[in-house]
Amino acid sequence: MTDHSQTSGEGGPSYWSVEVGVALTTMAFGALILYGSLRVGIGWGIEGPRAGFFPFYISLMIVGASAINLAQVIAGGRSGKLFATWGQLRKVLSVVIPTTVYVAVIPFIGIYLSSMILIAVFMKWLGKYSWWLALLVGIGTPIVFYVLFEKWFLIPLPKGPIEDLLNL
Amino acid sequence: MEELANLFQGFATVLQPFNIMVMVIGILLGVIIGVLPGLGGANGVAILLPLTFSMPPTSAIIMLSCIYWGALFGGAITSILFNIPGEPWSVATTFDGHPMAQQGKAGEALTAAFTSSFVGALFAVIMITLVAPLVARFALQFGPAEKFGVYFLAFCSFIGMSKEPPFKTLVAMMLGFGLGSVGLDQMTGQLRLTFGFTELLTGFNFLIAVIGLFGIGEILLTMEEGLSFRGKSAKINLKVVFQTWAQLPRYWMTSLWSCVIGCWMGISPAGATPASFMSYGIARRMSKNGAKFGTGQIDGVIAPETAAHAAGTSALLPMLSLGVPGSPTAAVLLGGLLIWGLQPGPMLFVEQKEFVWGLIASMYVGNVVGLILVLTCVPFFAAILRIPFSIIAPVILVVCAIGAYTVNNSTFDVVMMLVFGVIGYVLKKCNYPLAPLVLAIVLGDKAEESFRQSLLGSQGSLAVFWSNGLVGTIMALGLIALFWSLLSTAWARVRAMATA
Repeated sequence: MTDHSQTSGEGGPSYWSVEVGVALTTMAFGALILYGSLRVGIGWGIEGPRAGFFPFYISLMIVGASAINLAQVIAGGRSGKLFATWGQLRKVLSVVIPTTVYVAVIPFIGIYLSSMILIAVFMKWLGKYSWWLALLVGIGTPIVFYVLFEKWFLIPLPKGPIEDLLNL
Repeated sequence: MEELANLFQGFATVLQPFNIMVMVIGILLGVIIGVLPGLGGANGVAILLPLTFSMPPTSAIIMLSCIYWGALFGGAITSILFNIPGEPWSVATTFDGHPMAQQGKAGEALTAAFTSSFVGALFAVIMITLVAPLVARFALQFGPAEKFGVYFLAFCSFIGMSKEPPFKTLVAMMLGFGLGSVGLDQMTGQLRLTFGFTELLTGFNFLIAVIGLFGIGEILLTMEEGLSFRGKSAKINLKVVFQTWAQLPRYWMTSLWSCVIGCWMGISPAGATPASFMSYGIARRMSKNGAKFGTGQIDGVIAPETAAHAAGTSALLPMLSLGVPGSPTAAVLLGGLLIWGLQPGPMLFVEQKEFVWGLIASMYVGNVVGLILVLTCVPFFAAILRIPFSIIAPVILVVCAIGAYTVNNSTFDVVMMLVFGVIGYVLKKCNYPLAPLVLAIVLGDKAEESFRQSLLGSQGSLAVFWSNGLVGTIMALGLIALFWSLLSTAWARVRAMATA
């Protein structure tokens, strides 16, 4: 796909190591459920099977199946296949990082202002659009959503100090 | 005959002006969702579900199911014009659809695709009309053990029939059950697996998971591939439509086969995607032009589109009659039923006649309206796809965030959405299927409840699942489905030995 990317080269995390990582993570998640269900009791109480009864067996299956997946990956050996090139991962991160910031600031400045910033920044940085177009789409879209949700469907979305100032 | 009267009553409900309006809006939104990358049927419905909380349930389900039909139609547009499948089930449509567009026969390909979608859906709806009430009546006798048997069967067929490695499917599914069991235990009222986090008291909402896994995850995948849209333009006029329609009856065998495959795969939770591939394969084997498939054969468009739409539609049969959704989108619709205060399953046909038959009638009307809308509005939808991804992507992110927030009015859910998005991206790339994960979150509570109730009745003995012919048969079918791939390879080997 990205045969011509020179700066990032052909390097990247191997598929093998990501697969191992995923199998270990699911296994750890299974262990967490195992621990949690043991805490609430997996046996029988007066009311029948206790709260941890069902999750306990679920967790055993997660741990077991993850172990098999792990064994299969390791037995298959490293194939040299890449999970993604660094260049591809950089593109993915260029979405993940702004979105993380976006999600983090919503409780403080509200969803409208943060959406305006997200769209405008995204268009300016990744789309290389001119500022006026980025601002136009960035400011316009949340306003459309505002009318749609707050006025039409009467669903309040999180708002911040700016909206308070404007008395919206 | 009682069903027929009910169906006509359903039509009366659907043809009310408000419901027609809701239907048209639903289909238009659905096509747009189907056309845009990162917004698919399941998460499109999930995002819009909160908007329907204030509507009467019948209008709400009409709108949401029409979004689903619209998304099914929309997938074909991107496949044929842009060689980009908007939905996984339209991948097979690109094989012959896009070559046709390159040869300047885009209008023909689109007409064939839309019409076959319509035929497939119609076939499936007729099947639902005839079969669903019978299944529901039968299922009324089910006790907890039989109910668990049905869930068991559904989840086993996922493992046995999915194209992903079985243990990865199992892990994905069990992760879903694990996530679903977080929070308040339905039966004892005890808190579990919250580890002291108050945010987890109510558990993981499957809508958040759907929006994250399918919405955000899909955007990340699209971003990685670095899509650029270079499409063919499409002109559909009445002449092309009628010319194509005149050709279609020649391919009735292909259509019929695809309908049957689609319905079968839709009812068993294999879903629309394998159905479309399978019927493409069979059409290639049966067609006189089989060798030329992939170069722009019209039956190469008819087969996958018919099957995908038949499968997508018939996925609602088990949801309505048994409370077991056949696809992620059906699972989201089922979640909608629960939110509107309806209990999915056989009792729906007894207690909520208006709702059920309104929905079934809306499938008939919705697909007719959908066919007309897509045939007339193709240039408009194609224009949406020409909007660059760097504008579409942040807007979709915002839409997903709003959708996630409105589920419970919680900003924590928006954070969870992003977490699910990254998880979905990694899992998808590592070949873990996401559909069983979502289905398990939706059905986890109910499967657990029926499991524990059955064990209560039997004092903890697992023999309850083999205690009578009915539950025994269902469980046996489940085991067959579970080991299906093993059984079929073994059978092929036996046959090979016999002939050798």
